[in-house]
Amino acid sequence: MRNVKIGAALVAVAATVALTLTGCAGGGGNDNIITTNGSEPQNPLVTTNTNETGGGLILDSIYAGLVYYDAKGAPVNDMAESITSTDNINWDIKIKSGWKFTNGEEVTADSYVNAWQYGALLDNAQLNSYYFDIIEGFSYDKSTPLTGLTVVSPTEFTVKLAAPQSDFPLRLGYSGFYPLPKAFFDDPKSFGENPIGNGPYMLAEKGAWKHNVDINLVKNPDYPGARKPLNGGLDIVFYATLEAAYADLQADNLDVLAGIPDSALKTYKQDLGDRAVQQGAAVFQSFTIPERLAHFSGDEGNLRRQAISMSINRPELIQAIFNGTRQPAKDFTSPVIAGWSPDIPGSDVLTFNAAKAKELWAQANKISPWSGSFQIAYNADGGHQGWVDAVTNQIKNTLGIDASGAPYPTFGEFRTAVTDKTIATAFRTGWQADYPALANFLEPIYQTGAGANDGQYSNADVDALFLKGNSAKSLDEANKFFQQAQEILFKELPAVPMWYGITDGGFSTKVSNVAFGWNGVPILYNVVKK
Amino acid sequence: MFGYILRRVLQAIPVFLGTTLLIYFMVFAMPGDPIVALFGDKGVNPAVADQLRHQYHLDQPFIVQYLIYIGGLFVGDFGTSFSGQPVANILAQTFPVTIRLAMLSLLFEMIVGIGIGLVSGLRKGKWFDNSALVMSLIFISLPIFVIAFVFQFFFAIKLGWARPTVSGAANWGELILPAIVLATVSIAYIIRLTRASVIDTADQDFVRTAYSKGLSRGRVVRVHILRNSLIPVVTFLAVDFGVLLVGATVTEGIFNVPGVGRTLYQAIIRGEGPTVVSFVTVMVLIYLVVNLLTDLLYAALDPRIRYGK
Repeated sequence: MRNVKIGAALVAVAATVALTLTGCAGGGGNDNIITTNGSEPQNPLVTTNTNETGGGLILDSIYAGLVYYDAKGAPVNDMAESITSTDNINWDIKIKSGWKFTNGEEVTADSYVNAWQYGALLDNAQLNSYYFDIIEGFSYDKSTPLTGLTVVSPTEFTVKLAAPQSDFPLRLGYSGFYPLPKAFFDDPKSFGENPIGNGPYMLAEKGAWKHNVDINLVKNPDYPGARKPLNGGLDIVFYATLEAAYADLQADNLDVLAGIPDSALKTYKQDLGDRAVQQGAAVFQSFTIPERLAHFSGDEGNLRRQAISMSINRPELIQAIFNGTRQPAKDFTSPVIAGWSPDIPGSDVLTFNAAKAKELWAQANKISPWSGSFQIAYNADGGHQGWVDAVTNQIKNTLGIDASGAPYPTFGEFRTAVTDKTIATAFRTGWQADYPALANFLEPIYQTGAGANDGQYSNADVDALFLKGNSAKSLDEANKFFQQAQEILFKELPAVPMWYGITDGGFSTKVSNVAFGWNGVPILYNVVKK
Repeated sequence: MFGYILRRVLQAIPVFLGTTLLIYFMVFAMPGDPIVALFGDKGVNPAVADQLRHQYHLDQPFIVQYLIYIGGLFVGDFGTSFSGQPVANILAQTFPVTIRLAMLSLLFEMIVGIGIGLVSGLRKGKWFDNSALVMSLIFISLPIFVIAFVFQFFFAIKLGWARPTVSGAANWGELILPAIVLATVSIAYIIRLTRASVIDTADQDFVRTAYSKGLSRGRVVRVHILRNSLIPVVTFLAVDFGVLLVGATVTEGIFNVPGVGRTLYQAIIRGEGPTVVSFVTVMVLIYLVVNLLTDLLYAALDPRIRYGK
């Protein structure tokens, strides 16, 4: 008898499941909400503590800073009335009045100054603290307040920098410079779960951030700025893999997709037709051969770096490995940035030239004969194996030396070896711009002692040119100095430029007016639901 | 019976302490600094990094870190993730989803696997048996991600019978497709296991006796053959439940199921000690409970098995 009961129970369970299935087949049908792919923020949603794209996408939607970047990367005043300086050191910032956080609090000069002070203070351990190191009073050793910030009136404050910065206004669109309401300072912890902003969107409700699942944003009806949403809100879905997101896009379950999985790179243009998007993004990829490696210092090192760079056929690699979804590098920055130039003197070292490469390598061998093998380290969890293997293979074939990739299992392990300078090989490097300026691709990486100078590169002439650029009266003038600095970089190749990133993506049949910005992020507030 | 259960529960305590210590040590010994990884490709501010290390107790020696963690457990504090979320919340969000997925999957395995296996065993050598064997061979040899992608493409994208991915709610209906994918490989094993066991049992003396007593074929199959054939299958299912809980990473990724596998994988990559250890600990506990239930089920299936006083 007992078996009969078990059988009956199974049938009952199966029936329940079937009922639940039909019951839940509906759902969805949100009015005017755009769904897009994102990733679970790695940190609490605090402007000064978010340095990765998952959280950045959300913060840029729910905050309005002094300026925002348009599709081309040009700064446009958002909350700023004016940002002026006569000497590039003392800046006077006037903000528009009448703006409010979504909890009703007025956004004043204090909202900015207090947020920046909090972000800079070492005791607060904010990941973006380095962003304030240009402001007077910042210290990497002691937890000291920024003395350069002064509130003049509720709508005006002044900033005194430690050194001239011609591109200071350009930096101010980065999420680290957003204002914060008083509610944040009362309880930073719970604020990070339910942030309150002043931007085009706001959290749909308390707990709208469903961890590892999605975050629901709705239009902020009181946002008076220029980024007025043309839709009712955003549902940013956190996908574990791009494959899953792509499957949803194909089934019209996802409206806007940034990024195409490797498995679909060959077919996505056919799959999506005119709903496929491909355009440049401010991402620069390279590999770095530090001077401290044997055979890579002084003149010998410069010759060898140039030889290695010339033994790589970038366009061929991009076609073979990435299906053409990268652009061969022509400099150390990115073509989406104003001031970019494809023909800086010396940039021919980025063109494949086997004969010249062999010749340079032979010259270096006269200084000191080559020994050992050449390796490029990478993190195996980031999809880098394909191109590293191909690059080292080309080097091997052109120069006739032993070359291979050196994988580290995780990003954490890889970056630890790189930042504590124990790594004994060349290693992959990459840079995604924080703000659209040439300087942002150069100073943080090649200035003596700079934060991301993983190759410990140091050249007094380059430093001097950076300084000149920062003191220049206009951005155009500044860019000339940055281009001159690149001429030196091409001779010494502190990083070997490989390619620029391209954003590929797509959108569903339910939306229109989809465009991607300079940084490869879709401009979500302009998307319209059909 | 009660004494037996109590003894098993007490045995779980050293297992629990041992696994937490071991896993915590493995996460601790993992090379690479998780704090450095938090800064991405950007420059590391050493003072900020030190602050963060202090905040997550990463500047303490291993045994102190472990004791802080275990101490927290006793007051219900599982630690916090780098995104500032209490690990207890993450556990509460992900485990129900994965358990739903695993149970659904197990249900398919039982119904389809045992059903086909029983028919196969009773009709040994006939066309049904042969085609079932060939089918099961195909499913055993296919990697699960191939099955997952094919099912997703065909049933969700082409036919539109289901959503290609699971929504945040991850309700029963949405989990059916991933559950079927997860079940496929095990179904193949269960078919073979059940078939072999049924063939074995059908030759036993007590089956012949039952027939000669004049019992109907249906009753003999249900009560005498099937019930006595289920012990190896139940063992397999119990082990499989554990595998489904931890091994669903690939399938959860493809169908974007917000479950245990995916969260655990990310926590390992990020070196989040408390998250990894808490997840593994809960898995170990579930595994122990399932094992105990299985052992008790043996007694229910086979009257010859009794658990002593």
